[in-house]
Amino acid sequence: MGAAKSGRRIGLWLLLLILLVAPIAGSKLGLISNFMVLQLSLMIVYAIAVLGLNLLTGYNGQISLGHGAFFAIGAYVAAVLIDRYDLPWWSTLPIAAASCFVAGYLFGLPALRLEGHYLALATFALAIAVPQILKYRHLENLTGGVQGINLIKPDAPFGLPLNSDQWMYVVVFVVAVFMFWVARNLLDSRIGRSLMAIRDHAMAASTMGINIAQTKAITFGISALYVGVAGALHAIIFEFVAPDSFRIDVSISLLVGMVVGGVASLFGSVLGGVFVQVIEKYADAGARLLSQSLHLPIDIEPWTIYGIALILLVYVMPTGIAGGLAALWGRIRRRSGN
Amino acid sequence: MEQLIQQVASGLANGAIYACLALALVMIFVSTDHINFAQGELAMFSAFLCWQFMDWGLTFWLALPVVAFISFLVGVSVERVILRPLHNAPVLSIVVVFIGLLAIFHSMAGSIWGHTIKQFPSPFPNVHFAGSGYIGPHQIGMVVVTLLLLLALFAFFRYTPIGLAMRAAAQNPVSARLVGIRVDMMLALGWGLAAAVGAVAGALVAPVVFLEPNMMASILLYGFAGALVGGISSPGGAVAGGFIVGILENLVAYFGNLLEKSTGIYVVGNGEKLMVALIIVITVLTLKPSGLFGHVTVKRV
Amino acid sequence: MSKLTRRNLITGTSVLALALAAAATPSLAQKKYDDGASDTEIKIGNIMPYSGNASAYGAIGKTSEAVMKKINDEGGINGRKVNFISYDDGYSPPKAVEMVRKLVEEDKVLLVFNPLGTPSNTAIQKYLNTKKVPQLFVATGASKWGKPKEFPWTMGWQPDYATEGSIYAKHILANHKDAKIGVLMQNDDYGKDYFNGFKEGLGKENEKLIVQVSTYEVTDPTVDSQMIQLKNSGANVFFNITTPKFAAQAIKKAAEIDWKPVHYLNNVSSSFGAVFKPAGIEASQGILLALYRKDASDPQWANSPDIVAWKAFMAKYMPGADIRDDGHNYGFSVANTLVEVLKRCGDNLTRENVMKQAASLQGFEAPMLLPGIKINTSPTDFYPIQSVQLGRVKGESFELFGQILSNESK
Repeated sequence: MGAAKSGRRIGLWLLLLILLVAPIAGSKLGLISNFMVLQLSLMIVYAIAVLGLNLLTGYNGQISLGHGAFFAIGAYVAAVLIDRYDLPWWSTLPIAAASCFVAGYLFGLPALRLEGHYLALATFALAIAVPQILKYRHLENLTGGVQGINLIKPDAPFGLPLNSDQWMYVVVFVVAVFMFWVARNLLDSRIGRSLMAIRDHAMAASTMGINIAQTKAITFGISALYVGVAGALHAIIFEFVAPDSFRIDVSISLLVGMVVGGVASLFGSVLGGVFVQVIEKYADAGARLLSQSLHLPIDIEPWTIYGIALILLVYVMPTGIAGGLAALWGRIRRRSGN
Repeated sequence: MEQLIQQVASGLANGAIYACLALALVMIFVSTDHINFAQGELAMFSAFLCWQFMDWGLTFWLALPVVAFISFLVGVSVERVILRPLHNAPVLSIVVVFIGLLAIFHSMAGSIWGHTIKQFPSPFPNVHFAGSGYIGPHQIGMVVVTLLLLLALFAFFRYTPIGLAMRAAAQNPVSARLVGIRVDMMLALGWGLAAAVGAVAGALVAPVVFLEPNMMASILLYGFAGALVGGISSPGGAVAGGFIVGILENLVAYFGNLLEKSTGIYVVGNGEKLMVALIIVITVLTLKPSGLFGHVTVKRV
Repeated sequence: MSKLTRRNLITGTSVLALALAAAATPSLAQKKYDDGASDTEIKIGNIMPYSGNASAYGAIGKTSEAVMKKINDEGGINGRKVNFISYDDGYSPPKAVEMVRKLVEEDKVLLVFNPLGTPSNTAIQKYLNTKKVPQLFVATGASKWGKPKEFPWTMGWQPDYATEGSIYAKHILANHKDAKIGVLMQNDDYGKDYFNGFKEGLGKENEKLIVQVSTYEVTDPTVDSQMIQLKNSGANVFFNITTPKFAAQAIKKAAEIDWKPVHYLNNVSSSFGAVFKPAGIEASQGILLALYRKDASDPQWANSPDIVAWKAFMAKYMPGADIRDDGHNYGFSVANTLVEVLKRCGDNLTRENVMKQAASLQGFEAPMLLPGIKINTSPTDFYPIQSVQLGRVKGESFELFGQILSNESK
């Protein structure tokens, strides 16, 4: 039993090491472009954000349609600190995390009184409001207003033989592993169990002595923290923030990523991040391909493909890709067992 | 003062737009317990259909019933074909399906009719009358039609067997089934009616905002806010909520502007009017979570 | 140095041998290529919002693509086929960065052509300039694109918003003694660019003439409330900085509430098909605007050769497209400017030469430009079109008046 467990742990570390090294090696050997490395980094960034949303919505049952707001706050905290206060980029990550925790906690307090659709509206409104706040006249000096802020991409330190894309991949990867590890331990802990107890049966949870209000607000804070870190990484990778980068689309993408990847699943969060990053590219390519090959009198637009893909995925894998893969794996095991 | 009246009148007119859409949202919510994020895009698509019929030579008052009927069928088939198999799916999956539908209707309208704005003639006579500087004939027409629609729906739910059956099916499906109501048909009917109401909303909105695929994108949020502030389960509340949101946002901009003019201090303006209106809405909701006119639902433990 | 001479000599002789043997093209010696160019192909990258709320602009990208198809059908540019790769950026700056990086790093395009929108262009500008890839003829009129010293790889195309704004201001000062100005503007950098140029044109001492500035967000359903504010401010001159949909709403609302100021409208919305006809021709009469292109539906240009050519092109290569859409007009004009630059590059298809040729257009008359308006660039002038002519809406036509106003000194 113990041996199997430690064997699995070694396997996991090995897998992580391969995932870390393979893209770097691949791009060093010229097998994949720097653009691909960037794509992988972004998948990981979105995976962190989807995990954040999953902590709140998947594990705690509070639906948010506006987590893009915290993504934007994280990004802007990082950008403003780097640009206006000349802080080193890495130091902005914990500050962005802390700011988003506070923002999420404060938003979570009044939101406690809202449930279901009302909470969805409140969060949706938040996502609409944040880009407006960024443009607000009295904040323009700080946020750069509609123009946004240009940053400089960090180079690898200590003369490491990595270009900035490769270096950012390493950073993002390490941060993500750490944050997923923390999330896993959190969910295994007392707090994690009370999170899920509140989701499944709030009243029973409160009779067991769980402080529902406090737990929900803290969950909101932690969830925002995760999304904020992802936002900060996003800003550093793109060297640019502007209100236009954080429209409602970001919130929708995160929600879609969570549901398609797998609700209340760590692995599902990773898959969700990959999905968010991949679908946008392929929807456009698919629309082009279809328009050209079908010779329709009208041009198919990318969103048609996107919409059809979403509906089909919900049909085929109602519990998300993670659930679908698990079911598939179970079937294979059963068949090979027979 | 003059301007204040004008702003309220204009807010009332915009409110009618939000109210119409809020009404459609309520229709689906009442019968299926879902908030349909694709409602706005469905309404936009119906408005395009209406335009198409008028382009082919039908008059507005002929085209509208035809389109309302087609929209009804589209609504019914969306429920039967797409949502039926997901009957037991979690809410989040349904939300994603709605997002998918939104994307499909939005992009298909763009594919078929293009993105350039189209003129959509107002069905109401363009007459000048005392006070038409405050509120135009189309705006008055919109308010009246919205209220008529509300009245019709109210009567439908209160006095017709089908309306009663729909309410029963939504509120207590198990008992409804026991008394012989075909619950699944009622859900489809709810979708159909919502789509038909949406078609009316689309045709009323299009002359004001001009017809194009993005027409309803921003209105959906206002309709959503209106429905919630009034109470999502009550058609009357949704209409009142729509009007409240419409007037509120204009007042925010008006008083912000007034403050800046008189004191030179900029606090809020046109840029923040939506945001402030939403903050007010959410504050109201935290104080009265079931909406101004909604009833408190007792949760079963 | 001697090495160089020798190599030249060697290639020279081999060319001679080739030419004698197979009568090959004599210019073989000067053939020079960067990524994306070869003997048979020129790869051009482009990004456009094909999805999302700005997808109306997708018409520009589709037109450019169709123009390249036409060029290919006619034999290509100096014998090379154009491979036009266009991606969807959803009008989102981060996605624009991604797609541009894909174009440069994976598709290996020669240049990035006509990316749309100020935010997206701001996001990709630094990357393309460090990579030394041309960011050619950007589809935005912000005034920050023509700065060859800071950004030698970025070039604008259309007249910049700030200059246009100052032209209106000067016209107001010259013609309306007791002007009280109301401004409606989109709350983003496009709106601000126009407004800043406008204020500059008025000059500090005249800024007080502006009695009301009302902004709107692209997410606002209508601008009704703003129009009421403007009317009540007592303004008698109206500067309307709006995109087509909101321009049409503003024109219609002004007529409805009986507000009849002197109406200046930005060039962005200078379209009969997309603005004046939907808003109502009657309500649009007398609106003043600065123009640089011909409106395809304007009867006065019906027989002008470029409009005839455009109509034939639309019928053959974009059947079914909405010809009221000004994006087709714009796209045709800007794509043909690119074709001209590539023609002039000859067999020297390096990125450096592309920029060099783009920066030495003198008096080029791109199709659709108004008579007398020409494209002029130089190594210090990265603003291709800097002339406009004022016009007013009269009937279903623009009545041009006054001289062509140029700002070439910049």
